[in-house]
Amino acid sequence: MSANNASDLPTVSNRLAFNAMRNWKERLIEAILLGAATISVLTTLGIVYVLVSESYSFFQNVSIIDFLTDTQWTPLFDDAHFGIMVLISGTLVSSGVALLLAIPMGTIIAIYLSEFANPKVREMAKPILELLGGIPTIVFGYFALLVVTPILQFFLPSLPGFSLLSAGIVMGIMIVPYIASLSEDAMRAVPMSMREGAYAMGSTKLYTAIHVVVPAAISGLAASYILGISRAVGETMILAVAAGMQPNLTWNPMEPAATITSFIVQVALGDLPHGSIGYQTIFAAGLTLLMITLVFNILGQWLRAKYRENY
Amino acid sequence: MKPLTTEQIRAVIAKGKFRDNLFKAVGVFCLAFALLVIVALIADMLIKGSERFTLDFFLNFASRRATQAGILSAWVGSLLVMLVTALAAVPLGVAAGLYLEEYAKRNWITNIIEINITNLAAVPSIVYGLLALGIFVYQFGFGQSILSAGLTLALLILPIIIVATREAIRAIPAMIREGSMAVGATRWQTCRYHIVPYAMPGILTGVIIGLARAIGETAPIITIGALTFIAFLPPVPFSEIDGGATAGMFDWVMSPFTVMPIQIFNWTSRPDPAFEVNAAAAGFVLMAMVLSMNAVAIYLRYKMRKNIKW
Repeated sequence: MSANNASDLPTVSNRLAFNAMRNWKERLIEAILLGAATISVLTTLGIVYVLVSESYSFFQNVSIIDFLTDTQWTPLFDDAHFGIMVLISGTLVSSGVALLLAIPMGTIIAIYLSEFANPKVREMAKPILELLGGIPTIVFGYFALLVVTPILQFFLPSLPGFSLLSAGIVMGIMIVPYIASLSEDAMRAVPMSMREGAYAMGSTKLYTAIHVVVPAAISGLAASYILGISRAVGETMILAVAAGMQPNLTWNPMEPAATITSFIVQVALGDLPHGSIGYQTIFAAGLTLLMITLVFNILGQWLRAKYRENY
Repeated sequence: MKPLTTEQIRAVIAKGKFRDNLFKAVGVFCLAFALLVIVALIADMLIKGSERFTLDFFLNFASRRATQAGILSAWVGSLLVMLVTALAAVPLGVAAGLYLEEYAKRNWITNIIEINITNLAAVPSIVYGLLALGIFVYQFGFGQSILSAGLTLALLILPIIIVATREAIRAIPAMIREGSMAVGATRWQTCRYHIVPYAMPGILTGVIIGLARAIGETAPIITIGALTFIAFLPPVPFSEIDGGATAGMFDWVMSPFTVMPIQIFNWTSRPDPAFEVNAAAAGFVLMAMVLSMNAVAIYLRYKMRKNIKW
């Protein structure tokens, strides 16, 4: 090694300088990555800020009592009424129909896949369910209006062209994959020894599934139902297409009605000037929607904490 | 209690087996029903829309006459919005996932970020539309543009990409990190040259599933005020626009637009049944896009599970 080359080698201080630089670069990169992770928190803050600030302007003009108790919803008429119950009733009825279909069906599919089906069927079924869950909701809306409604009208001739019933049924089909897949994960996490114990006592498969596996997985099942409820309450396009958009305070699924979400779509389709009362109305409606999903999510987390079983 | 005779025991067993089989039948029926819905959906749109599957349908703008209406502005709009979404969501999502798995210390900041990501996944998509209407359209002044729509959908699918990235990273064994660190790599070098490349298939799966979800989203885009009738395309970079001026590199980003789901919504909600045919054909095209993206993701995941053995 010649003297010339030796002088090219970095001196100790050079090396330390390099290390310090490396360190500085490392810190910068960590800060950038943290920044990216914070975007999600900023999104939440943004949602809360937008909804609350616009709703605040809205409640300057409309009293909160009228908002909660009025039985008419005519925000764009001259004689404006802002009774959110009208929209909430549509949302609850359609979600109720959807869940009456989705919870039993999703649970049965989950029990079947986790306890009865052989691995081949399960490997096939999971992607199919995933595909069903990936279908765009506007396509489901088309399906509800132009396929399911005519079929239902064949059995129920009095059913109008737009109804909460057909929208709710299709919404239920849309939710089945979420419930089935999450419930199945929860049931598969139940340790094998518990099933073996039940079989050793002479239980049949079905008895074991219902009396051992389901109770053991109940917190996971509850979580999947809560997710299903959130999906149903927040679903928009199926209702906007198939349930009609007339505000209608009703508890009868055979009628057309607007929901919180389809009202927002209806207003957004028109051309509302920024800052008008109509514009603020959709944010008040959105805040109500967010509150409803929040209540269910808190309930879900509480249920999960209460019934969580550790094995 | 009297002891059971052999016959009685057999009867009990037979009853139990019968119930098992009955339940199995119900389970198979429910699964078959789900499959039937997919098949019915696709078949209905394919048959109803079949007369529209011509080149003209893909190359025509929307029109008042159903037979002449096409989906040109819709599919171009969808592709451009997806481009913006991917450019925004992928770097942010991967960076956030990397931070949470490789850098984050267990403290309250990390906790808040994690709880927040879980909760964002449960927020209805139309609420993202309201966020975008308030922030992107009016506060930032992006207007009802491709940029607003792309960023909105990026925020919507960010949790999906973050979760997929984290799961992919978590599957990489610690020895890979230790090996890299042992030869003097910094944390970032370890991430850059080992963690991210090895997690790539998993990340890609998440990205595709996220984009498949975004391309079918309608509600948030309607909320920001996308138009339903567009008879022009966004300006091509450096092309000539009316008045002799040249379009800038990024002028298309600020252009008004429409997307596939909105076009379908528009056609579905018209009373004239001739437009049902258009809705069916466009719905089939959208389904084909979404399903093929999902199929690629499922295939990737399957392949990945088979190939990688640490």
